[in-house]
Amino acid sequence: MSTLKTIKSNEVAHPMENLLRMDRIPHIWCPGCGIGTAVTAFASALDKSKVDLDKVCVVSGIGCTGRVAGYVKLDSFHTTHGRAIAFATGITLGNPDLKVVVFSGDGDLISIGGNHFIHAARRNVNMLVICVNNFIYAMTGGQVAPTTPLATYATTSPFGCVEPPFNIPYIADSSGAVYVARWTALHVRRLTNSITEALNKPGFSVIEVISPCAMYYSRINKLGDGLDMMKFYHDNSKIKHGEDTKNLDIGFQTPITVGKFVDRERPTYTESYKKWLSDIKKEKTK
Amino acid sequence: MKAEPKNVNTGIYYIDGDVAAGQGALAAGCRFIGGYPITPSTKAAETFAEIAPKAGAVFIQMEDELASIATIIGASYAGVKTMTITSGPGYSLMMETIGFGAMLEAPFVILNVQRGGPSTGSPTKTGQADMMQARWGSHGDYEIIAIAPESPQEMFDYAIKAFNLAEKYRCPVMIMADECVGHMTEKVVIPKADTIELATRKFYKGPKDKYLPFKPDKDLIPPMAKAGDGCNLYITGDTHNEKGYPISSQNLKTKTHKSTTRRLIDKIKLNADKIIELKEEGIEDADIIVVSYGISSRVAVKGIELAREKGIKVGSLRLITVWPFPDKKIAELAKNIKAFVIPEINYGQVVFDVERCAHGEANVVLIPHGGAGVHHPEDISDAIEYADRENKKIEKIIEWKTKLEKLIFEKGFKLKE
Repeated sequence: MSTLKTIKSNEVAHPMENLLRMDRIPHIWCPGCGIGTAVTAFASALDKSKVDLDKVCVVSGIGCTGRVAGYVKLDSFHTTHGRAIAFATGITLGNPDLKVVVFSGDGDLISIGGNHFIHAARRNVNMLVICVNNFIYAMTGGQVAPTTPLATYATTSPFGCVEPPFNIPYIADSSGAVYVARWTALHVRRLTNSITEALNKPGFSVIEVISPCAMYYSRINKLGDGLDMMKFYHDNSKIKHGEDTKNLDIGFQTPITVGKFVDRERPTYTESYKKWLSDIKKEKTK
Repeated sequence: MKAEPKNVNTGIYYIDGDVAAGQGALAAGCRFIGGYPITPSTKAAETFAEIAPKAGAVFIQMEDELASIATIIGASYAGVKTMTITSGPGYSLMMETIGFGAMLEAPFVILNVQRGGPSTGSPTKTGQADMMQARWGSHGDYEIIAIAPESPQEMFDYAIKAFNLAEKYRCPVMIMADECVGHMTEKVVIPKADTIELATRKFYKGPKDKYLPFKPDKDLIPPMAKAGDGCNLYITGDTHNEKGYPISSQNLKTKTHKSTTRRLIDKIKLNADKIIELKEEGIEDADIIVVSYGISSRVAVKGIELAREKGIKVGSLRLITVWPFPDKKIAELAKNIKAFVIPEINYGQVVFDVERCAHGEANVVLIPHGGAGVHHPEDISDAIEYADRENKKIEKIIEWKTKLEKLIFEKGFKLKE
């Protein structure tokens, strides 16, 4: 088991060298993007939670956040678009000793992969889903997403988005997730704590990370650069732990409610399966 | 390695092909099936769901076929033998991720009990029209292995062989059954566990920090490390180098690109002689050879018998392995015979490869069938008779008009000017 390296004064090393594939840096994320912050929080959480790093798997789909798997120095899988959760289900059922983290974007997890999201939550499969939500398809150049707020501009909604967006914590909650939280890329410490907590929780956990997309979302909508977006989060985020997930809709530049909304116990898929198996065996021996 | 007794339900049964395939998968050591119900393959999934838990294996019914195929590839990388079960429409949905599996060199098996198509087609009736989709269905260049069983006994036997091939060659292996074989009930003998030979995956055993996930051995197949082994795998569907890292666009033309993408093809092509299994009968002095696979082979037996009664020297070549295609065998045979006759339940798929390998040396006669049934043996014997009396070399595939086709399309479809 490896842990974070502490920097000695004369040593020029990245403090997260043990958790990042330094041979793949520089990464592809734009200046002002929040995905790097989410990865930093994840790396710090891994260190804090004292999990065995050899037993942690990261699964990503396709998109900007889909690239996370390629930068973390853990067993990591970069799958087809939308299938990260389904692939992760196979890993966790194939070897229940592994701690599987799905790290992907809103388009990948909620649009093309939406069906897998709700079903994995319903089954309560052991995995932590970190969903970076930047309200847009960024890798392909700023197209409208199912998380794009009403009336927001995107390249494929040039007159403003006419569809209401999904409220991710509400979907997760109503589908059966045992842990649901939302933070922005500004709330690094709280996000880290949330990931640490969720890493040690059995079952299906979801953490939504609201992230600035300085290149597309904010440029098309004239919201300034990444720093301006962070300022907006600073001024407009309201921490409301335990808030009813129904009330977590996000509009265009409306205040964002953040916090931990759900933390409950439900038998996981693996637990139920094992119990069912032992019941069968008992019956057999009768 | 021998099969584990807990996985093998030894005995003599009267069961259908789907049930036999479910039993075969378990006997082969399959630990995980993710599937979605679809006629006519459901009984295979139901069987596995019923027998798996007692042997410690898992069946999970996924939310759709997209999830089924993704989840078995995930489980394959967790180190277990995996399979999914489907039919035409589900198979189409799986295509993207099948290519992903080929790119990842994940060992897994797909049972496709083919039905009539296209689209929803005839769900409860037979077809063999997914053969080319098996070969070319996903985008990009890759190779797969496809096996076509013709009886419930073979559904059991070749399920085991499919797993052995998948584990050995680290590629998707398709069992291309059809509705007739899936729903046909016959005697099936499940042998004792110690008589079933299983192949084991080549797992990596060297130092963890030196592991290169896509560095092949001499047989072109890289040893595999599973998730959780501490090798810090990075596995991506992107075109990658031996380390598994994506290759930047300026390097795409280099040796690395060729060594990864090209190897996906070569590891199957160059090992084709070891993979291919054929069944020959009476081909030594034949003038005509019937090339068939799956349920069509069973019907062809009668057709060949009828033709032999008329004094025609006709032999049979049954493709047990359809992909990779037996190029050499067909080319060799073409030199000494008048024609190949190919009955298949589609409007021409495997026939194209027969024509390609015949190199114009022998005529190629296709007996098409629109699906929802099998050929009439008389159609096969009529086509053989025609092929025998046709002395001209015909430079294209000859489409034999069966009795039914003549009846329905007497005047034929013609384009109007």
